[in-house]
Amino acid sequence: MVHVLAISLSKSTAVTAGKVTFWPVQFSTKSYEYILKNSEFWHAMGISVERVVLGVLISMILTILAAYPLSKGKLQFKHQSFFAWYLVITMLFSGGLVPSYMIVRNTHLLDTIWALVIPSAISVFNVLLLSNFFRNIPKEVEESAFIDGAGHVRILVSLYLQLSMPIIATLVVFSAVTHWNSWFDGIIYMSNQKSYPLQSYLQTILLDSNSRVITRENAELMSRVSDRTIKASQVFIAAIPILFVYPFMQKYFVSGMMIGAVKE
Amino acid sequence: MNAFKIPRKQLALYLMLIPPVVVLFIYAYLPMLGVVMAFQRYQPTLGFFHSDWVGLDNFKRLYHIPDVKQVIANTLFIATMKIIVETFAAIAVAILLNEIMSQLFKRTVQTIIYFPYFLSWVILGGIFRDMLSREGLINTMLAKFGVDPIIFLSKASWFPYILVSTETWQITGFGTIVFLAAITTIDPTLYEAAVMDGASRWKQTLHITLPGMKSTIVLMVTLSLGYILNAGFEQVLMLYSPGVYKTGDVIDTWVYRMGLQQAQYSLGAAIGLFRSVVSLIMITVSYMIARKISDHRIF
Repeated sequence: MVHVLAISLSKSTAVTAGKVTFWPVQFSTKSYEYILKNSEFWHAMGISVERVVLGVLISMILTILAAYPLSKGKLQFKHQSFFAWYLVITMLFSGGLVPSYMIVRNTHLLDTIWALVIPSAISVFNVLLLSNFFRNIPKEVEESAFIDGAGHVRILVSLYLQLSMPIIATLVVFSAVTHWNSWFDGIIYMSNQKSYPLQSYLQTILLDSNSRVITRENAELMSRVSDRTIKASQVFIAAIPILFVYPFMQKYFVSGMMIGAVKE
Repeated sequence: MNAFKIPRKQLALYLMLIPPVVVLFIYAYLPMLGVVMAFQRYQPTLGFFHSDWVGLDNFKRLYHIPDVKQVIANTLFIATMKIIVETFAAIAVAILLNEIMSQLFKRTVQTIIYFPYFLSWVILGGIFRDMLSREGLINTMLAKFGVDPIIFLSKASWFPYILVSTETWQITGFGTIVFLAAITTIDPTLYEAAVMDGASRWKQTLHITLPGMKSTIVLMVTLSLGYILNAGFEQVLMLYSPGVYKTGDVIDTWVYRMGLQQAQYSLGAAIGLFRSVVSLIMITVSYMIARKISDHRIF
């Protein structure tokens, strides 16, 4: 990582000469200038941001909706175990890549942002995590609310959600990171490179150096940067959001992992 | 019909479940039905209902494609190596971390080693591709010792080991979480007794820490067996190139190339089904063993 940062900040001639190890040689921000002027990059970034916002919103709503009923016991929710299995089976068995692709195609999601956020919206693991958390909320709180005339929806929204803010925050961060990082679905569900999110866009340029369109004003800048410095700076820019949220989530994920892994 | 009657007070719960159930039905259950393609000569223009049924033909065809055996062998080899190396690394790091007394230092080390887990394989792939390239960091260093540049990622014989080592680097930190937790449950009086008997640090590790972690280790390895046919799809896709297909192509990447890129839907679905069935069996068996060992349950 440090090495890549060093490459991205060095002059291309120094990089080509193999002088750069862990410290920038002949400091230069030309490659960043090049990227920041590149509209394709911004466009892909925009799609990624859109995807994270939409994706987190949708998957949190669905996760909460699924977790609340599943946290209820048999007495309060008759078919609890049926629905629990309904979810878990999808964890164990999947139709595989090809049939999944065809379903996305047949539901006309191809080439829309929805292909990136809907099929993967429910993480069964997160549902189990959250419903375990809900289950540990004392029953008495709920009973008193029932007596005051509240229904399930009311209890979920104004009681459970308020009490489980820390774990909800964790799930939000996790799902945001997942959305930010995924690239493969972008590549298979988008036939047009223009609708690639950032990571998919990045994947195509990292693997193929000739796919860039060189415009005149780009060409002038291009002469002063090299392919390697550009790639390095793009990799670094894509990692920045993670670097930014990481300190916040570290506090949570260790305990989160343990809640999910060990239960009673 | 009484069993299906919904009590009025529970109606809201069912209504809440409708959206998640519908989404899962469409995007998780319908693809499962898609496996019928494996038994058809599927033609997109005809759809599932009008394509010819060919029975087990696709599986027979798979059996005769020499690639397939190679691909399965690669998958097993890479996945097994990963399980062994990654478990070993995670245990070793957990023990070492546990020995560190300074809380600040321990925190810092943990923060640093957990981090790569949260980077996508696109980013990691970009980093590794650069580091391992002809002009990359590794070759620059090697050149100082007079070693000729090695183009690591194009060497078929190196490729599986590169996959194993880069993934180990990525997830070891994260893997230590569970093992560190296991160490903290070991009774401290055991160590006190050992110190009284004059046991060295190394002896303590050997005779107290490792046996104390045994059930956790067995549990983690057992659970990972369920994923024996997952050799790391995104990672392989990011790092490989046609030159290393021979040793680097795994089931998932092969399905991707055959099934989607070359539109061999039925073949792709057939091997996908094979993979799913083997995985399902392995997961079920490993969960059953895990339950025996430590009463591990998912819900």
